[in-house]
Amino acid sequence: MSQLPSQDAAPAKRTEGIPEGLWLRCPDCGDMLFRKVVEESLHVCPHCQYHFRIGARLRIEHLVDPGSFEEMFNDILPTDPMDFVDRKTYADRLESEQAKTGDPDAVVCGKAFIKGRPMMLAVMNPDFMMGSMGSVVGEKITRTIEKAAVDNLPLLIVSCSGGARMQESTLSLMQMAKTSAALARLDEQGGLFISLLADPTTGGVTASFAMLGDFILAEPKALIGFAGPRTIWNTIKVELPEGFQRSEFLQEHGFVDFIVHRKDLRSEIARLVDFCVK
Amino acid sequence: MTIAALDGIQSTPILRETGRSTPHHVLEFEKPLAKLEQQLHDLEALQGQKQFDYTKELRQIRTNYTALLRKTYDNLSAWETVQVARHPQRPLFCDYVGMICREFREIHGDRLYGDDLAIRCGLARLGTHKVMLIGHHKGRDTKERVACNFGLAHPEGYRKALRCMKLAEKFGLPVVSLIDTPGAYPGIGAEERGQAESIARNMMEMSRLRTPILAVVLGEGGSGGALGIGVADRVAMMEFAWYSVISPEACSAILFKSNEGAAQLAESLKLTSKHLLKFGVVDSVVPEPLGGAHRDPRTAAHNLEQFITKALRDLKRCKIENVVARRYEKFRNLGVVIETTKRGMAKAAS
Ligand SMILES: [Zn+2]
Repeated sequence: MSQLPSQDAAPAKRTEGIPEGLWLRCPDCGDMLFRKVVEESLHVCPHCQYHFRIGARLRIEHLVDPGSFEEMFNDILPTDPMDFVDRKTYADRLESEQAKTGDPDAVVCGKAFIKGRPMMLAVMNPDFMMGSMGSVVGEKITRTIEKAAVDNLPLLIVSCSGGARMQESTLSLMQMAKTSAALARLDEQGGLFISLLADPTTGGVTASFAMLGDFILAEPKALIGFAGPRTIWNTIKVELPEGFQRSEFLQEHGFVDFIVHRKDLRSEIARLVDFCVK
Repeated sequence: MTIAALDGIQSTPILRETGRSTPHHVLEFEKPLAKLEQQLHDLEALQGQKQFDYTKELRQIRTNYTALLRKTYDNLSAWETVQVARHPQRPLFCDYVGMICREFREIHGDRLYGDDLAIRCGLARLGTHKVMLIGHHKGRDTKERVACNFGLAHPEGYRKALRCMKLAEKFGLPVVSLIDTPGAYPGIGAEERGQAESIARNMMEMSRLRTPILAVVLGEGGSGGALGIGVADRVAMMEFAWYSVISPEACSAILFKSNEGAAQLAESLKLTSKHLLKFGVVDSVVPEPLGGAHRDPRTAAHNLEQFITKALRDLKRCKIENVVARRYEKFRNLGVVIETTKRGMAKAAS
């Protein structure tokens, strides 16, 4: 029985990151797209509006006012507390993921302005071990929450993750409690927390901070769930309903407030801040 | 005296006789033990016939048996520990309720959707303490196990637990949470009704609940399904329980695309009480009788009761503000990271 599968979330047709080359194929409608066109439209397919999976730094570029991002907590680095070995050692995995992304772990945090509104921001990076949450992700997100509370700033967390990181085992699990507890404190203080769910948001990330937003936003058709679809299929062996665990399905079942196109995210976030911040 | 029992569950089959029994189900690594048990049993039968005196031989086999039992259980691998935690005769939530509670009144339903029998809640008397008792129940026989969904809870189970915790807060009762689940249920209905949200909400609310909370992993501590009722002031594990972000089999299915890596990954996942004590994930380990709780449920229950009553006594002495603040700090400090710039040197936190 699987619980928080961290690499179980990626549907087969979607590959990690965006492949190199002048042209690329839309994973949803299958059209060949000119890379430059995709880039200019915030990595959304101009034909079918498919939202490409994007890395944390690109996401930040899309979201915040140019030049306003002030990165924080980037001196917190992962280690291998469990001496975890599967086919590779965790230490080796970390090294290759760090080389690939140029980042120490799977979240980028800091302070930024969105349409002139200051806020604390944590953005998960699906390019780094499927955005999985271990000690570093949990610690950095917790510090971002605490900083939002101390400085009395709105908080935005962009979730994009396969869930808790298996390689840090129960310590990864504990990050769920840690981040949720920090959010309880922010909540008591009356702080605003906007949770944005991108494709995919599953496992221990969904089952902690991602679902605790005062407002929960999702990009269209993002996979959002507790158990990954493969785990569910393996358990119940029943065909999953059409659109199961997609943003629209979650909204229909009462777990997402708004489904927002990538181009409208900035103005939606600004609107919420204007309504809620005294 | 009120009989402590879960609604609809009349007896505790493993305890029908004396509470001390020879396990009928033999785990792979226990086979040499089972052989000695058989010898002992046969010879005892012969002794009963009073034709010859086997006192000396019996004593010898008993000594060998105890030595082998100790040796086996002192050196359990992580994977063997998982097997013990899942032993079909290991005491379950309802067995412990029967053994440690003087009174148990079960509470039903989340007031939103239904009553999930995988998580049971009730008002209980434990020693001199009145508590809100919460726990996963896996069920013993096939019918009961199906009714309890094998201890795999749905959102309504977590929401019932939260409702009961809020009642406990309101009426000044400590919460005692007994964890024993392979995980939260991965199914269509569970997803439709917000499995993730229910677990997240529970952790958030437990972190600030203004009443003492104890949690003990009885057998299986399966990931978010366990942690959803596991945020507590004192977290303990029974000696041969496991607690992990994912079961070794599911982990293997993902990393090895098969079951073959489960035993190796069980080691890597550091899911035993001994390891988790070292990482600070649990504060205490409740000792089990020699050879595991399934050999002697009453002693296991006695040890559990001792732990709970002592921890409750300690917590009740503290101001609730301090209890809640320390609970926050306890979880706040979990995790191992390297901080490069603070104090100009590498430092592993916690
Ligand atoms: Zn398309």
